[in-house]
Amino acid sequence: MIDRRSFLDWLLGGTVFAGLAAILYPAARYLEPQEIPEAAISSLKVGTIEDFPLDSGTIFKFGRKPGLLIHDADGKFRAFHATCTHLSCVVQYRKDMGAIYCACHNGRFDINGKNISGPPPRPLEEFDVHLKGNEVYVSLRG
Amino acid sequence: MTRTDSKLYDQLNVRFKLDALVAFLSSKKVPRHSHSIFYYTGGVAMFLFVVQVCSGILLLMYYKGSADSAFESVRYIMSEVPFGWLIRDIHSWSANLMILFVFIHMFAVFFTKAYRFPRELTWFSGILLLFLSLGFGFSGYLLPWNELAFFATKVGTDIVGAVPLIGEPLLEFLRGSEDVTATTLSRFFGIHVAILPGLFVLILSMHLLFVQRQGMSEPPRWKDLPESEKSYTPFFPDFLLRDFALWSAVLAVVAVLAVLSPWELGLKADPFTSAPAGIKPEWYFMFMFQTLKYIPAHVMSIEGEILGILMFGLGGLLWALVPVFDRDGSRKRWSRFVRLVGLIVVLYIIALTILGYTST
Ligand code: HEM
Ligand code: FES
Repeated sequence: MIDRRSFLDWLLGGTVFAGLAAILYPAARYLEPQEIPEAAISSLKVGTIEDFPLDSGTIFKFGRKPGLLIHDADGKFRAFHATCTHLSCVVQYRKDMGAIYCACHNGRFDINGKNISGPPPRPLEEFDVHLKGNEVYVSLRG
Repeated sequence: MTRTDSKLYDQLNVRFKLDALVAFLSSKKVPRHSHSIFYYTGGVAMFLFVVQVCSGILLLMYYKGSADSAFESVRYIMSEVPFGWLIRDIHSWSANLMILFVFIHMFAVFFTKAYRFPRELTWFSGILLLFLSLGFGFSGYLLPWNELAFFATKVGTDIVGAVPLIGEPLLEFLRGSEDVTATTLSRFFGIHVAILPGLFVLILSMHLLFVQRQGMSEPPRWKDLPESEKSYTPFFPDFLLRDFALWSAVLAVVAVLAVLSPWELGLKADPFTSAPAGIKPEWYFMFMFQTLKYIPAHVMSIEGEILGILMFGLGGLLWALVPVFDRDGSRKRWSRFVRLVGLIVVLYIIALTILGYTST
């Protein structure tokens, strides 16, 4: 049997706890990031071949994320998620290095998106690129 | 005192017992010795906080905390509003000096061992004030919504996200979305102008209350000194007047810096451009940022970043707990060792900060 006093203590403690929970739970939920509904795109036209000079890179928008389209010196197209795998800066194609470069901490990726020097721990994620006539499309891989 | 003054005083005294307050002020005294100058450092930090509150409230009259208009509103403050440039430059310069003085104040307390009994809680509340100051700097940096701040905040919050366990929820709370976006700016704005000022004033009040109740600390070696060899400056009016004189000088320095060396605004943030070269954090985060550069990407299968964060987390915790390790009764050797560690910490911070600005 619990005595009257500890019963009251328990009741009081429980009430305070429930009260706090009733305040904190909605506040925590309120602060949680909202899911912003996004028309799920899986494929996107980024332009026509003429828009992209040889040996250059262009940042494009893929939904809310930046992508990097590279038209290499041999005329081949490649596309990557432009978000650096280190700490999320936006990378760029540097023709003087023939590589993808991240200015935040001197990270480098080769032309296939593989991390080759500096702090990035993983390769860049790659998009598939298709040509339809002279139009350039990128799409999510897999 | 003039007659009217004393009449007013009497009237108030009957109601509020002012005599007790005057007695308290006139008995308050500040020890005089070779390191007395350190007793001024906290006051300067507090004064600069007041400058921040005043200039910050003025900025609020024109600043707009949304991604569409934040950059433009700061540009408007700088170019159109009369003396807007001055207010912004004062806010930026005084912010940096405030953080500098918070650091100096902390090290002064550390090396004079003023954190020992009975002042442990004063030290702990001071550590909280340091973190809040850094939070002010970090959140304020993003507000102009320029390119450098945008990428620095991406990097900074990503590092927060790498902290084991609490990192991910903290990252979501700060960013309010998956990435640094307009939502992040709104949150940082709210944190900067409402949450932090509220918390800061609360904890600063406790900090000051503790200091007033306990009086100024005396150097440990004074314990064995006869009363006749200790000397003091009365707090009221002598010390307080010197405080005022120093604060005026500090304000003048802030004004000169603000006029001679204006703060850049740079380019508006654009999530769809490549990060420019020269992304760097504010100078007070530089030593940590620079350390992370020297840690390899992987150390025995732990990611370098995480290792660095754990090291700084542990180091910071030990630093915050120094009143627990180094007590009044601690042995002399141990006490000297703690001081040596402090010295190494200061040298490390200075060296890595310099490296951060000079190495490429
Ligand atoms: C009640 C107190 C405060 C208010 C209302 C306030 C308000 C503001 C506002 C509206 C801005 C945006 C305008 C701008 O960027 O120029 C800003 C920026 C900033 N604030 Fe504060 N602030 C306060 C305290 C502080 C404190 C205590 C610090 C630092 C210790 C601080 C550091 C900064 C920094 C570094 C910026 C960026 C300056 C810039 O690049 O323009 N603020 N603040
Ligand atoms: S964010 Fe790209 S190298 Fe650090």
